[in-house]
Amino acid sequence: MAQDKTLVNGWQPVIGLEVHVQLTTNTKLFSPSRNQFGEEANTLVDLIDLGLPGVLPVLNEGAIKQGIKFGLATNAEIAETMVFDRKNYFYPDLPKGYQITQLHYPIVKNGRVGIEGKEVRIHQAHLEEDAGKSMHDIYDDESVIDLNRSGVPLLEIVSEPDIRSAEEAVKYLKKIHQIVTYLDISDGNMSQGSLRCDANVSIMRPDDKEYGTRAEIKNINSFRFVERAINYEIKRQIKILESGGTVEQETRLYDAIKDETRSMRTKEFANDYRYFPCPDLVPFAISDELKKEVQANMGELPEQKQVRLVETYGLSEYDAGVICADKLTADFYEVVVKDASPKLAAKWIIGDLNALINKNDVNLSDSKITAENFSKLIQKISDNTISGKIAKEVLEEIWESGEDVAKVIEGKGLQQISDEGELEIIVDQIIKDNPSQVAAYKSGKDKLFGFFVGQAMKATQGKANPGLINQILKSKL
Amino acid sequence: MNFKDIRERFRNKEISAKELTKDSLDKAHKYSNLNAFISTFDEDALKKAEYIDNNFNDYKDLALGGIPIAHKDIFCTKGKRTTCASKMLENFTPPYESTVTSNCHQAGSIMIGKTNMDEFAMGSSNETSFFGPVINPWGESLVPGGSSGGSAASVAADITSLATGTDTGGSIRQPAALCGITGLKPTYGLVSRWGMIAFCSSMDQAGPFARDAFGCAALLDAMASYDAKDSTSAQRDKVKYEDALRGDVGNLKIGILRDIDQLGISEEILKAYENSKTVLEKQGHSFVELDFSELSSGICSYYVIAPAECSSNLARFDGVKYGHRSDSSNISELYLQTRSEGFGEEVRKRILIGTYVLSAGFYDAYYRKAQKVRRMMKSKFDEFFKSVDLVFLPTTLDQAFEMNRTSSDPNRMYKEDLLTIPANLAGLPAISFPNGLANELPIGAQFVGNYFSEDLLLNITHKLQEVTDWHKIKP
Repeated sequence: MAQDKTLVNGWQPVIGLEVHVQLTTNTKLFSPSRNQFGEEANTLVDLIDLGLPGVLPVLNEGAIKQGIKFGLATNAEIAETMVFDRKNYFYPDLPKGYQITQLHYPIVKNGRVGIEGKEVRIHQAHLEEDAGKSMHDIYDDESVIDLNRSGVPLLEIVSEPDIRSAEEAVKYLKKIHQIVTYLDISDGNMSQGSLRCDANVSIMRPDDKEYGTRAEIKNINSFRFVERAINYEIKRQIKILESGGTVEQETRLYDAIKDETRSMRTKEFANDYRYFPCPDLVPFAISDELKKEVQANMGELPEQKQVRLVETYGLSEYDAGVICADKLTADFYEVVVKDASPKLAAKWIIGDLNALINKNDVNLSDSKITAENFSKLIQKISDNTISGKIAKEVLEEIWESGEDVAKVIEGKGLQQISDEGELEIIVDQIIKDNPSQVAAYKSGKDKLFGFFVGQAMKATQGKANPGLINQILKSKL
Repeated sequence: MNFKDIRERFRNKEISAKELTKDSLDKAHKYSNLNAFISTFDEDALKKAEYIDNNFNDYKDLALGGIPIAHKDIFCTKGKRTTCASKMLENFTPPYESTVTSNCHQAGSIMIGKTNMDEFAMGSSNETSFFGPVINPWGESLVPGGSSGGSAASVAADITSLATGTDTGGSIRQPAALCGITGLKPTYGLVSRWGMIAFCSSMDQAGPFARDAFGCAALLDAMASYDAKDSTSAQRDKVKYEDALRGDVGNLKIGILRDIDQLGISEEILKAYENSKTVLEKQGHSFVELDFSELSSGICSYYVIAPAECSSNLARFDGVKYGHRSDSSNISELYLQTRSEGFGEEVRKRILIGTYVLSAGFYDAYYRKAQKVRRMMKSKFDEFFKSVDLVFLPTTLDQAFEMNRTSSDPNRMYKEDLLTIPANLAGLPAISFPNGLANELPIGAQFVGNYFSEDLLLNITHKLQEVTDWHKIKP
């Protein structure tokens, strides 16, 4: 059975994700305030975001187009008419006392995405407004609220419970991340909260007819935490069931520091959101013209980009796939190869650059590396200014400092030594200093050639042009 | 003070805006016992009047140029306190202007003050105001009706010739009837709701009060506009209502209710209703009997939908951002105390009802069913308007009643809206006008028209008022 791999101690985990994606519109979903991360607190707030008496929401049609884009990219049904509902609850960072969202008539329904041979169905994706941000740790005895985020458009993507392991959940989430960033409807920046998810987790025996009771883990904001939180939760539920207990339907929080999930509220205390259609907004009809217009401006999807990179730059399918996995990387690559060798650039991005990204656990966009600077690095390798070994050093240096590649090379005197005369003097000295090795080499110990190359590199701190050194050594020995 | 007369005198320079404004303010203070105003803006109003007089040519041709007006305290006015007659907003000064008041300012009117009302427009007697009840100019122990009681009283007592109101379940028409003046509830969407504090968003609609249809037409000309800031605002060619009064109405088919005497309407009101029919008949109109046995289900639907929406609309008053805030040590206590202290009994009651009908397990039984009734009401009217041009009804069951009746019989109070609610549920326009006098108190009747037929409603009322004097009788 294919599913056996996902069983944990004979239990089948069943997982569904709700992914919240902040859309990159100019203005908020229902107000003219700017939609921007990282501005001074409460500076992107107008009457509507404050929920003042008598103010009314006006729908941002840009967000509708982005929702349609996502629907088209996931082969989903686009609503003919969508309706906004009010979700009522009290919280200080929710100024109106309700969130405008979509319950029964969402913009997108019944989509699907593929994750390595498996299909995950999307139940629906709906538009809604984000809440503000409460902060409890700035002042000792007061909480403060920043409403810049209040009203920012979100697309909430709700999957069917088709996911069977934490690993699959991460793959699915990465796929969603890939789609929304390629469609350019979100920056997908998880550390800034542009993409975050809730995971519904339950376990069952493989032959059970019904799913087990699920727990919902709220607000997980990194791929790594998704995996950890789900794995923790699966183990927790197994422990409960195997000791004869029952899993409670509840909302839980993942604590990344302690690596555990904690109960936030049980079903008994669950909010009754009293949803009803928002009377301030009329049902919105999505015309075929609008759908066609969006279709015509879809942009390139990852699979399409992959094919293009193979055809344009002669990359292997695998390399193109790795580069296209992440839109930032793919965009980065295309800037780099404007002036640098496509194959060499691909090799360095997939190898050393990705290693640095993973090691530091950051986004490429958050690093100090720019595509232009990286391109110079590749060019310096191509024209033999520096060796591969030195290039690694330079890459690490520009990763840390962001400094210009040419300056780093010059400043540290890292240019490759390609002056034949200079190298000949060095080689002569090596031959002179190692008479026994020379004799051994001449008597047939070919392997010793590497020793001489090593000595030359040592003498030049790795700066010797390897091709030239080989050539000189061969002629002199 | 009839609007048409004073505008004429202002335009002929027989009276200045300043004199008109001073006169209105003097009366507002002289009749302060009516408690019709929550705030007056004497200094600003006189300043504006003076400015208008100094720039007479810019104002003389405006619909409301130089005319003092009273605005219901539900419309947000920039830099001027707006309370909605609630302790919750006792000290709230909005940093923005409602579209209605902005339109009226631009039409040249002078706001002398903000009128008293039922708290958050919830009530039919103007007794739920945090600022105390409004007294009907026709008798000091009588209610003026509600929720726009202060605006109706201001016009009835001749303090201003015009006033704005809002009508969610009859809040313009019922006080107009009880105070002996004319009031119009426009088609839902004709007048922008931007800056008008929401009670029941799907029914709230602002409209004019005046002695007669002419004044209402002029004020509606100023109030009505398409507004991109209100998604429910209607995008239509602008109609000039004042001009529409000059045209002929022709011979209309007017719908009347079969079994109207079975609805609990007082004898005096039925008698006045019959008299009006005689006049209408003389003017060449004919009547078609309609079967409207579903009429009374409107109240049940209304008293589910309106509280449901209000429970959500009023959630923003939580003590966190603006308005009343009680001293509390934690957030739940802050919500609880602030809302218990800030809202009056009627408002709290409706929030509770609304919360209940929307809650899990009850939604289908109440809210969904109420919406079904609402759709039925709408299709009923659609059907009526296939065979008639207008529907003619009394406005209320009773004339102005004594204060404190509410507390003894709340259901009776809700039933008071029987004849006004159907127009709100269907979103239709309706005009109430004085059509009789009994027990020395005024009586009102109303026309309900098809969507956006305000011109016809105003015109037929105007034609009636050309041959009757009920609208001229003052307390």
